[in-house]
Amino acid sequence: MFGTTHHDKSSGKTCATMESKLIEYLDGRARPDERREVEEHLSGCASCKTRAEEFRAIWSTMDDLPEIIPSREFDASLRARITAEPVRRNFWDWMPSARFAFAITALVVLSVWLSSAPRVVKTPSELSPAVQANKISTESDFGMIQNLPELENYDVISKFDALSELPGSTAVSTEDLNKETR
Amino acid sequence: MLDVKAGDEQSFELLLRKYRTPLVNFLYRMVRNTAVAEDLAQEVFLRVYRARGEYAPSAKFTTWMFRIATNLALNSVRDNRHRQMEISIDQTMDTGEDEQPPLEVPDRAPTVEQELVARSRAEMIMKAIHTLPEKQRAAVLLHKYQEMDYDEIARVLECSESALKSLLFRAYESLRAELAPLVNTSARA
Repeated sequence: MFGTTHHDKSSGKTCATMESKLIEYLDGRARPDERREVEEHLSGCASCKTRAEEFRAIWSTMDDLPEIIPSREFDASLRARITAEPVRRNFWDWMPSARFAFAITALVVLSVWLSSAPRVVKTPSELSPAVQANKISTESDFGMIQNLPELENYDVISKFDALSELPGSTAVSTEDLNKETR
Repeated sequence: MLDVKAGDEQSFELLLRKYRTPLVNFLYRMVRNTAVAEDLAQEVFLRVYRARGEYAPSAKFTTWMFRIATNLALNSVRDNRHRQMEISIDQTMDTGEDEQPPLEVPDRAPTVEQELVARSRAEMIMKAIHTLPEKQRAAVLLHKYQEMDYDEIARVLECSESALKSLLFRAYESLRAELAPLVNTSARA
């Protein structure tokens, strides 16, 4: 392919190594060091120098190949082919509009947020009087149930003067109570 | 192309107007038949349109488009070659190659003789390019007429840059022999 191979003693380059560099050099795209390398070789190798000149000449000749003009029907024919394409449906095609999708998403997020919000527990002082009274009644009932074994103990009951415990009342003995019932 | 992906039809029209002529010319020089070249060019645009949703700007649009075009052209050339091999040698072969494609006419009106010479030169250049193996042909067309960078051409042809430069070197070596009469003619002129 190369005829006599020229070995450039100064750079150790042969014509074969010029194969990958010559095109880039002729294109003007070679790096400065590669450009120097090629120029050094060309200055000492007649066959590669001829090759480089003939490459330039055929590139210039190839410029004589004129461009052809696409037909007038090209665009219309292409548009017809595009129109005939089946419409591709994707997952999101059922959505009527982006706004609707946004509204649905916002509603879902709001519902999730509201349902996951923690319940507010009020302290006894924050409760209404009716609620508080109900609470106390429930608590006192519970206390009575807790104390039931003692309440069923006659010795405890016989000594227990419940009425004396009441606020603002005078102590009334059991004898007085018996008198009232007769 | 990103605008086309976003659904902008006007942008597709702009792409069509910008790349229609270079694409048709590349394909014509590959397959040497205007009807086939236009059909293939339309197929390229159709595939670009179909793939617009998945397009990712990982490479230049021209690289992507010419890769599609090159693959279609190579398939067409190989299919055509197989079809020709099936035809009996007793029959006349109609390759479908154009003799007189519509050319761009320069501004100044040429004489009949100048036009004949120009057509003759064009035909010789086309014939020389067509003697090249398909991959060398594609490399030369992308390098000489599309003026693409080496890395772009390498991506289109799916080879390394060094392999591409070897391809180009061998192609131009062949063309050097084929086009020598034209080069000598123009030198004498």
